[in-house]
Amino acid sequence: MNPSALIPLIVLVPLAGAAFALAVPHKARAQRGITLGALGLMVLIAATLVWASDVHGTLVMEVGGWAAPFGIALVVDRFAALLLLVSAIVLFAVLTFSIGQGLADGDEETPVSIFFPTYLVLAAGVSEAFIAGDLFNLYVGFEILLVASYVLLTLGGTGPRIRAGVTYIVVSLVSSVLFLVSIALVYGATGTVNMAQLSERIGDLSAGMQLFLNVALLVAFGIKAAIFPLSFWLPDSYPTAPAPVTAVFAGLLTKVGIYAIARTQTLIFPHSSVNELLLWLAGLTLVVGILGAIAQLDIKRLLSFTLVSHIGYLLFGIALNTPLGYAATTYYIVHHIIVQTTLFLVVGLIERHGGSTSLARLGGMLRTAPLVAVLFFIPMLNLGGIPPFSGFIGKLGLFTAAAELGTPGAWWLIGIGALVSLLTLYALARAWSLAFWRPRGEGATPTGVLARLQDAPDAAPQRESRGMPKLMVGSTAGMVVISVLLTVFAGPLVAYSERAGVVLEDADKQTSWYDEHRVDREITGDGSKGDHGAEAPTPTAAPAGGTEDPS
Amino acid sequence: MTVPLILVIAMVVLFACGFTLMLDRGLTRILLGFLLVGNGANLMIFLMSGTFGHAPIAGESTPEEMSDPLPQAFILTSIVITFGVSAFLLALIYRSWRLDREEVDVVSDDAHDLELAQTAGLPLEEFTDAELTESSDFDDDGGDSAAAPVPHDGPQPDGGRR
Repeated sequence: MNPSALIPLIVLVPLAGAAFALAVPHKARAQRGITLGALGLMVLIAATLVWASDVHGTLVMEVGGWAAPFGIALVVDRFAALLLLVSAIVLFAVLTFSIGQGLADGDEETPVSIFFPTYLVLAAGVSEAFIAGDLFNLYVGFEILLVASYVLLTLGGTGPRIRAGVTYIVVSLVSSVLFLVSIALVYGATGTVNMAQLSERIGDLSAGMQLFLNVALLVAFGIKAAIFPLSFWLPDSYPTAPAPVTAVFAGLLTKVGIYAIARTQTLIFPHSSVNELLLWLAGLTLVVGILGAIAQLDIKRLLSFTLVSHIGYLLFGIALNTPLGYAATTYYIVHHIIVQTTLFLVVGLIERHGGSTSLARLGGMLRTAPLVAVLFFIPMLNLGGIPPFSGFIGKLGLFTAAAELGTPGAWWLIGIGALVSLLTLYALARAWSLAFWRPRGEGATPTGVLARLQDAPDAAPQRESRGMPKLMVGSTAGMVVISVLLTVFAGPLVAYSERAGVVLEDADKQTSWYDEHRVDREITGDGSKGDHGAEAPTPTAAPAGGTEDPS
Repeated sequence: MTVPLILVIAMVVLFACGFTLMLDRGLTRILLGFLLVGNGANLMIFLMSGTFGHAPIAGESTPEEMSDPLPQAFILTSIVITFGVSAFLLALIYRSWRLDREEVDVVSDDAHDLELAQTAGLPLEEFTDAELTESSDFDDDGGDSAAAPVPHDGPQPDGGRR
């Protein structure tokens, strides 16, 4: 069987699951079963794709049999396949966590009939973005996952969630419009949105026009990936959502933005001068994010800021624009998705046990919940980059790649990266020692001003400790185990990442499928020249003088 | 390619008005702004189809005379997405309005931001009651209602953003 046939399934399975789950709104058990089944199937499909893309090279599915520049191409290379697999695993783990939470709380917080279908739609959107072979399909993938995330973020419609949701939604809308406008400009300038064809045609544009298109796309993706000047919205909006929702957002949504940046920078603008700018943006994101984290009193906020900060590492690897850099980014992105999600899940446990996520409140949990303390401690060391955990391996890879490049900017970034890794450890260790180590009862009770700010997480009335269902603890522990496995299987994983990095670095390798297909077409006398200007069977009016844009 | 100036002007006006409206605090205005911006983007995609011609239907005219159908497909998709998002925004606005009727439907301040901005220094291990009551920024606000993250008279709406 041709493994390419599996590609559309990774979107279709969750979407079909969402439809079925929506059809049985009052049968919670059936909904859970459908959702678990769909995501389990996704994990299997993604695992097959990882294997197949490694053995057969880049997999391509031309939907409906329409050849590439005219039809929609779905492309999965090693990088995309690995991200699909990690996303599917994370989605599955977080789902079991939320099922555990829902069972324990009697679904008081999550309107069950909406949660599962929306969650599956989010899964479909994330997968769609990863397999998109053209910019417009990428846009549609973004929209699917964003609309699902709007619903998940405002779940229940309580005051704080509506407030946070409005910020998030308005920012996302603006970034979506910018993306759409950028697509329009790209189409106007080149007459195509297919990324493989774009990578051929973009060279014909003037340098200024290329730079303009690159920056336009970068701004749109930068908002989604939460790169420093565009990251202001993230720590505001993520922490108010239910714990599993925050966990899955933190793990996946920003990474989709990073994935889009990696794709455009490697495939469409491989020799862009923007990479130098990206390097500095990476440094700023690292520093500003972690300084924000140190200032926080609320663990969820603290983690949201570390999330922003560590986007800087991913951007760092992309900005290096070397095979090693991309290989390190690939490994780091896997590490970061898993560890960041795990930390947010542990915070969900802390919230249940301690009744609050404020460091001013929590205390003495080492004695009362030793397991949670361990579950927080391991990912904390991991994110802080302590050997032998995967954070260390990922950062070592990034720093090695940077040192190999050896430009002054790269050396600066190594310094900043090392410093930020220590600061991350400081911020998290502070949180750990306050929440777990400090004797109980030392925390301040809100008085005066804080008591007035009822809405603030620090000051909200402390809930009493609730039990932690085995399913929640189990899925969190499972994630911790997976994060440790990233170290145990670092050898094969790094080798895989290196193979992915080699493909990512070379635009020709990414578009080889397109060239092969074109050869086929020319042999069969299809008439498609693939040359610019001389256009083919359908009236794609590629405006030849597209450098003159009305904007 | 040539583009009609009138459409370009219409697009610019849509974008300008739309983004101006989106900068407002009123949620309904944000929605209206989003609709305008969405239409501006659609118009822009349409302009990118280059020279305009006959309807791109097979058999109606020769391919040379047809308009480019692809931007029209893009616009159709984006209209559907805009429609769905607008419906969601309307529901959100209604919910927001239901939550606090006495206030208008505006973007509210982030209480945690306010708190962080107004707390002097980093209150951590030294997070004591005495320190909190000392911070003078707070007393100016007056302690109106306990539950209000946004003071009704809105003394400093930008206070939370540093």
